[in-house]
Amino acid sequence: MAARAVGFGLPLAVITAFVLARFRFPGRPILNALVHLPLVLPPVVTGWLLLIIFGLRGPIGSLLNDWFGVRLVFTTAGASLACAVMIFPVMVRAIRLSLESADPGLDQAARSLGAGRLDRLLNVTLPLASPGILVGGIVAYATCLGEFGAVITFAANIPGQTQTLPLAIYAALQVPGGESKAAELSLVSLALALIGLLLSEWIGKRLNAALGR
Amino acid sequence: MSLSVLLRHQFPSVQIAIEFEVPTPGVTVLFGPSGAGKSTIISAAAGLLRPDKCRIVIDGQALADTASGVWLPPERRRMGLVFQDARLFPHMSVATNLRFGLRRAAPGPVQFDEVVELLGIGALLSRRPHTLSGGERQRVAIGRALLAQPHLLLMDEPLASLDSARKAEIMPYLTRLKTALRLPVLYVTHSLDEVAELADSLVLIDAGRVIGCGPLPEIAARADLPLAQRDDAGAVLLCRVTEHDPARQLSRLEGGGVTLWLPLLDTPIGAERRIRIPAREVILAGKVPESISVHNVVPGEVRRIADDARGHSVLVEIALADGSLISRVTPDAIVKLALSAGAPVLALIKSTSIEVLGA
Repeated sequence: MAARAVGFGLPLAVITAFVLARFRFPGRPILNALVHLPLVLPPVVTGWLLLIIFGLRGPIGSLLNDWFGVRLVFTTAGASLACAVMIFPVMVRAIRLSLESADPGLDQAARSLGAGRLDRLLNVTLPLASPGILVGGIVAYATCLGEFGAVITFAANIPGQTQTLPLAIYAALQVPGGESKAAELSLVSLALALIGLLLSEWIGKRLNAALGR
Repeated sequence: MSLSVLLRHQFPSVQIAIEFEVPTPGVTVLFGPSGAGKSTIISAAAGLLRPDKCRIVIDGQALADTASGVWLPPERRRMGLVFQDARLFPHMSVATNLRFGLRRAAPGPVQFDEVVELLGIGALLSRRPHTLSGGERQRVAIGRALLAQPHLLLMDEPLASLDSARKAEIMPYLTRLKTALRLPVLYVTHSLDEVAELADSLVLIDAGRVIGCGPLPEIAARADLPLAQRDDAGAVLLCRVTEHDPARQLSRLEGGGVTLWLPLLDTPIGAERRIRIPAREVILAGKVPESISVHNVVPGEVRRIADDARGHSVLVEIALADGSLISRVTPDAIVKLALSAGAPVLALIKSTSIEVLGA
């Protein structure tokens, strides 16, 4: 589920970060605010908004259900969507930072050597931003595993389908005698978060070293 | 065959109105103080800046012309660009960097192996840019630009970020390129050494205007240009080595319509060399002195005398049979020799004061 959220969210985050970093257009502040909204909004509100938009009677949810028979609410796919929306700002920020720190001189050099816009994006800009993209992806993946509010509101708490770690911990705490299970799960959560952060740090360092920074 | 450049642009602080024409192929050096508009010419030629008016014509073909709408984006313009910082792609090997433009250009005359050999970068091909020295990096950047098969090579102070040792290391490669590739080059620099070594034509720019333009030997010796006021001012002659005299430890060079004796060179007979004769090393005389150590007594005619207010000295431009010299003397010497424009004069040049440059 987390992999799916990162898998779908990352390319979109790259595009959004690129647009925000490179272009100045009238709706830019609004796009920027929309992207960062889930970071500030209570997750339950985000989940509820998703429910309204992607629910069976929602504008997009009803279309998906009528045309493709796809139902998002209370499914694994729905949990992925909720996670993807929640981690989107994290990824966009990381990628945008690395795009903005890239040397514009290299872009000029590539231009003078005959590389068009898309060519430069694929062969110069994105490889140079790859540390940011990877680090953003890993941190987002780790964040995903801990998503609570948006998932429980939009996709409910169905063990094996939409249950994230904190949901399982919460559920365990509701059952008498579930403390030991909750403690176990919390340790798993802690380990995953640590691994995610350390891994992203290590990969970022390795990639930057390969780029001679 | 010529390269002609016309550029007009209004910046908030300075107005650029530059126009010059130089022969091709060859290296045209744009020389002048910072902010004079040299880099603006490079940016406009590369298409990175769109000036109010710009026209660049090489051998009758308009590469850029704002008036007739020939204004291609940089990526379709085929101008080779070498920056002060090498700007190699850090995520690619040297070989991949070199092939970046080559792969994107239509097949042209510049061959990969030839460029690698000319620039001496064969041993670096598998290395990453961040493991190279500054000089190596710049050589790779030059090779990369050349392999994109450009119509015109633009070099914006390519050696400015290197220390003098690295500069000395890279200079021979540039001289070799100059003779091996028949490609017009626009070269911006602040260094008179680079001018003397590389320039075929020299365009002096100041405050957005061309104040002097012509072949290097002609411009370098002009007494009325600011160039002559510099302490390191000097004439440049294009010479051919015609004789070695090992017994006397001398070599004879001919150029500018005169014969000069220099300390013995190890170049083959017939080789072309440019020599630089600093203005402060040229002594003037009315008649041939007797019993003197100087080997070179060159007859000429005073073409122009200009004051150097700052140095309390006078610059004398001397016309040779087929070239020019410049001499810095005191105002008193002018009076003593009764020199004026058109007067015959002898220039005395110490053999050891002549600097031998590349081809």
